Amino acid sequence: MPLLRLEAAGVHFGHRLAGVPALTDVNLAIGAGERVALIGANGSGKSTLLRLLHGLVKPSSGSMLTASGLRQAMLFQRPHLLRMTVQSNVALGLWLAGRPWSESLVLARAALARVGLAELAQRNARKLSGGQVQRVALARAWALTPQLLLLDEPTASLDPHAKREVEQMIVELAAQSPEVTLVFASHNLGQVKRLASRVIYLEHGRILADLPVADFFAGPLLADHYPAAHLFVKG
Amino acid sequence: MATFTDSAVTALQLILSHDPALMAIVGRSLSVSGSACLMACLLGLVFGAWLGVVRFTGRSALLTLLNTLLAVPSVVVGLVVYLLLSRSGPLGSLGWLFSFKAMVLAQVLLVLPVVTALTRQLVEDAQVQHGEQLSSLGARPLLRSLLLAWDERYALLTVVIAAFGRAISEVGAVMVVGGNIDGFTRVMTTAIALETSKGDLPLALGLGLILLAVVLLLNLLIGGLRRWRERLEGVAGPSPAAGLAL
Repeated sequence: MPLLRLEAAGVHFGHRLAGVPALTDVNLAIGAGERVALIGANGSGKSTLLRLLHGLVKPSSGSMLTASGLRQAMLFQRPHLLRMTVQSNVALGLWLAGRPWSESLVLARAALARVGLAELAQRNARKLSGGQVQRVALARAWALTPQLLLLDEPTASLDPHAKREVEQMIVELAAQSPEVTLVFASHNLGQVKRLASRVIYLEHGRILADLPVADFFAGPLLADHYPAAHLFVKG
Repeated sequence: MATFTDSAVTALQLILSHDPALMAIVGRSLSVSGSACLMACLLGLVFGAWLGVVRFTGRSALLTLLNTLLAVPSVVVGLVVYLLLSRSGPLGSLGWLFSFKAMVLAQVLLVLPVVTALTRQLVEDAQVQHGEQLSSLGARPLLRSLLLAWDERYALLTVVIAAFGRAISEVGAVMVVGGNIDGFTRVMTTAIALETSKGDLPLALGLGLILLAVVLLLNLLIGGLRRWRERLEGVAGPSPAAGLAL
């Protein structure tokens, strides 16, 4: 039984007739422990697909089925931390998930230690660097013990050093919890090779290729059967 | 010019000597506008924040009405409250007309649209920028609106100042529903209007100076509070529960 299944799902922004189709006829099943990369040009529908999977947008057509009680969290490209301490920001996610505030603070502290930011727990979240903000957001998401973690270009807005740091953090956390499913959007093909086990290529809101990472990058399959994706990979 | 200088000197003497009549009027003004501002903020901050987040049929009509109310002359608000509180009006049985309560009610109605509309705009901008991230954490609209308002609290302090400024400086509403009764409903603005018409310029000018000083003091206080909060938050942050008590 997959964690999530999309059947002929579509997302349409604006009026049904005159609006813009962001996703069209998406069929997709994601199982536990998978590492799925979403790639494609800007505007191809990667972020919309992530938002659909997370329930932030509803399918305009088709259907989405999720495993009952599925715990999920999402990491955004530019996470927003509220004007409070780092620890309070991490605790907020737990508090909103129904835990008492005092318990949330304790768990938040542990989550921050896991991403190496325990010493910043009492700092104002607005005084952090971009890389630190992303790590705090990762701690906030991970503290929720998600079965499904969605990441929308988590390193795209970071400098190279912070990019490596955050990616390393995701690798370590994923290795500690192999049962957690990761679905991430990325423009960085190197990162896709390092993190993903499966690659989905999107173009104009449609899935044009859905292959294991090895087949996607190494085999002749892509060139022969998925010319658009092949062209994208070759740049 | 000499009249102005003489009036200013006499006004300063009245202030420095803590003239009882002057101080009573100042105290009443602060009390009426402070109470009205507090009530309007309690309602307007929450309602405005909620309006900034939710979408429903008729919302844009409501926003148009709200923005129109921003420009309603205070004397019209006074007239409406007068009609409500007059003996034959729907609230006539309360017996509030020409009382402290009537003035507070009029100023609440005057200031409420200001607080609501400005809060709505601030929270809606914040919602567009990062409301989705709070949704992704499971914050439902009301809670999300309160969290966003809490996050924008320094900007909202400016809204509170603007609201208090609007309340304490208006003359039309309190004149109509308060009646400018000496020792009872006379406040700074109504006293300034009356004393000017009587030709007692020193008292009018003294009250004007105090009015300016009150607004200046309030700005300094808010500025100091903002710096204090920023320093404090570098050390320890509040709980969301504390934040919701905004």
